[in-house]
Amino acid sequence: MGILYAVICFIGLGIIFGVLLAVASKVFFVKTDPRVEQIQECLPGANCGGCGFSGCSDLANKIVEGKAKPNACPVGGEKCAEKIAEIMGLEAESPVRMRAQVMCSGVNGKSSKKYLYEGEADCNATVRMGYGDRVCPNGCVGLGSCVKHCKFDAIHVIDGVATVDYAKCTGCGVCVQYCPKKIIKLVPFEAPHWVGCSSLDKGAVTKTYCDVGCIGCKLCEKACEFDAITVTDNVAKIDYDKCTDCGKCVDKCPKKIIKTGIRGGIING
Amino acid sequence: MTEILMIMLAAILTENFIFIKFMGICPFLGVSDKADKALGMSFAVIFVMTLSSGTTWAVYHYLLVPFGLEYLQTVAFILVIASLVQFIEMFLKKYVPALYSSLGIFLPLITTNCAVLGAALLSISNGYTFLQSVIFGFSAAVGFMVAVLIFAGVREKLRFSNVPKAFQGMPIALVAAGLIAMVFSGFSGISL
Repeated sequence: MGILYAVICFIGLGIIFGVLLAVASKVFFVKTDPRVEQIQECLPGANCGGCGFSGCSDLANKIVEGKAKPNACPVGGEKCAEKIAEIMGLEAESPVRMRAQVMCSGVNGKSSKKYLYEGEADCNATVRMGYGDRVCPNGCVGLGSCVKHCKFDAIHVIDGVATVDYAKCTGCGVCVQYCPKKIIKLVPFEAPHWVGCSSLDKGAVTKTYCDVGCIGCKLCEKACEFDAITVTDNVAKIDYDKCTDCGKCVDKCPKKIIKTGIRGGIING
Repeated sequence: MTEILMIMLAAILTENFIFIKFMGICPFLGVSDKADKALGMSFAVIFVMTLSSGTTWAVYHYLLVPFGLEYLQTVAFILVIASLVQFIEMFLKKYVPALYSSLGIFLPLITTNCAVLGAALLSISNGYTFLQSVIFGFSAAVGFMVAVLIFAGVREKLRFSNVPKAFQGMPIALVAAGLIAMVFSGFSGISL
């Protein structure tokens, strides 16, 4: 008899809960837009936050609500934007693919240090102690706060300077946010040249602590036929809208800090 | 009143579910890398544990005992808890969307959490009354929260330290968990 009770009892419980859940799913039904799920499938799913929202599902919601554009995901690129635009029935605007670039080439041995740092391996902590262990106030600290926050394993510290692996970089810009010295910049992915220095000190001062610092000599500015490179605040800057990839500035630079990126490979700063 | 206070203190400290009973280790390690995530999960656990220990008490005393089916309590409780969590999830989605979006991802995780089932089974085997078992479930969940929050704090600090390569990630987290568990075992001398 005992087993009969058990079977009846559990069938009863099962039916009660089953009916309860079935009713609840009807009563508590919330209409969700099927497009949210479709868009979420197109998105990379790394939840990196590069779009400015709290994650891929949040972005999908915001796109459906019309608060974000279909191309808002900097990681997914053109293909992703096209698919999302198709789901939303909108024209795709292809975003310019970006990559992160560390504007410093002061590797160990080239750029001198103020003191020996032995503490928490975090750039922000080091920067609070006399603005970092490097003499250069705008040099890479090299403790890898950017490395820790990169969701794509695309940035590594090599010889004391963070270096971006172009093959993996998606241009989400998370490392840019976490750099206490603000020396990581987003540049167009195809941009061949970049200035490996962010020092704002005058040339004579920069020379005292770094062998590979921009001295603001303006030779590149004079060499450029397209007005694409200018020296402001003692450091050269490239305007990528104007740059035509001619490479004249690279040849002229006496410090050899205007670098040519080899696409798809690691450039050792 | 003293009895209730003793149940609470025992569930939170001396009989802490994670560090003394080793239940609910999976969410304990899973969500403790950030304090805010740990807090979200803890609130979900408090919510579900309090409700489930009340419901399971009722199921046990009004359904299983009259039919002499006490030996099936584990199966029955799993069924009750799983359905309850599903129901709560749907209810929250409809009426409290804000709470749903903060607890939502944790609720399905709790469905099969051994700590929730453990609280239900323990309150039966300890012979608690309805009120006592609800309070026991609530305090056990608060104990879970205490443990997860302490551990999350430690892990947030750990991220900034120079951990030897072999210990990076989960190994050092487990070492830290072991040390905290040793601290909690210091409470075992106090019998409540």
